[in-house]
Amino acid sequence: MYLINILLAAGVVYCAVRAVIAKRLLASALWLAGTSAIVAMVLYNLGARELAVIELSVGAGLVTILFVFAISIAGEEGMGERTNIPRPVVWIAVLVFLFLLGEQVLPHIIPIPGGWDLESPFTFALVLWERRSLDVMLQIVMIVAGVVSALGLLAPAMAPQAVKKAGQAAGHKNVAQTAAGDTAENSRRTTAAAGEVQG
Amino acid sequence: MFNEMNVLMLGILGLFAVGLYALLAVRNLIKIVVALQILVKGAIMAFILAGKINGHMQTAQSVALTVIVADTMVAVIGLALAVQVKRRLGTLDVNELTSLRG
Repeated sequence: MYLINILLAAGVVYCAVRAVIAKRLLASALWLAGTSAIVAMVLYNLGARELAVIELSVGAGLVTILFVFAISIAGEEGMGERTNIPRPVVWIAVLVFLFLLGEQVLPHIIPIPGGWDLESPFTFALVLWERRSLDVMLQIVMIVAGVVSALGLLAPAMAPQAVKKAGQAAGHKNVAQTAAGDTAENSRRTTAAAGEVQG
Repeated sequence: MFNEMNVLMLGILGLFAVGLYALLAVRNLIKIVVALQILVKGAIMAFILAGKINGHMQTAQSVALTVIVADTMVAVIGLALAVQVKRRLGTLDVNELTSLRG
């Protein structure tokens, strides 16, 4: 179990690093999906089986599809190496953050005799629906707000296409009117020419 | 010295470090969303690890589920914004988003 945890921890960090340093956005999205899959394995090993399934289906499935969809619309775009913040400052910020967090957290993770294998009398569904019902309502609100926001954001993008289609339809109509006008003009000329011939 | 929970905590710290670095250094809008996803995955693992240590796994799962839903919505809105920025301004580079300047 110890070796498996070491492998999972190393794998999740490796996939995350590859997701960040990947040149192509599609490769970045796929490495992120790998990160989600390994996180799901970690959650399963820790005993959070329901959440592992949700993380695997949502994190590695739905979010990856969203990324691929967005990348297919927006397209790949290469960026230079220049960053907004100088790299030494970024590294210093990350190292300070790691030192502070690690110094606070790591000494306090000590084995509790029997504590890690405590069997809770409550099931996940009971806790979620009975004790955390406010969380459930919050999740519903977030999902509705997210869907409405995404539709609102994507709607203006569809408007120019609708205008273009309407313009094309109007163009076809004009062409048809012009063609009808041409036909009437031609018939009038033909009639006039026939009259001249008869005259 | 390091028990297995410490090993997992090191992995969580690694995820935090990678996500924070990417958030500060990356200029591509879609990659910024990737960095946020990495940070939140570290937070989810930390929640579950804390629940495991304290023996409140079901509560930790409930909280982590809320975090997953919020994270997914952030990804949806962030990617929709990135697509809009690309369509209107033609770039995903955050340095090129000068239309917000006065």
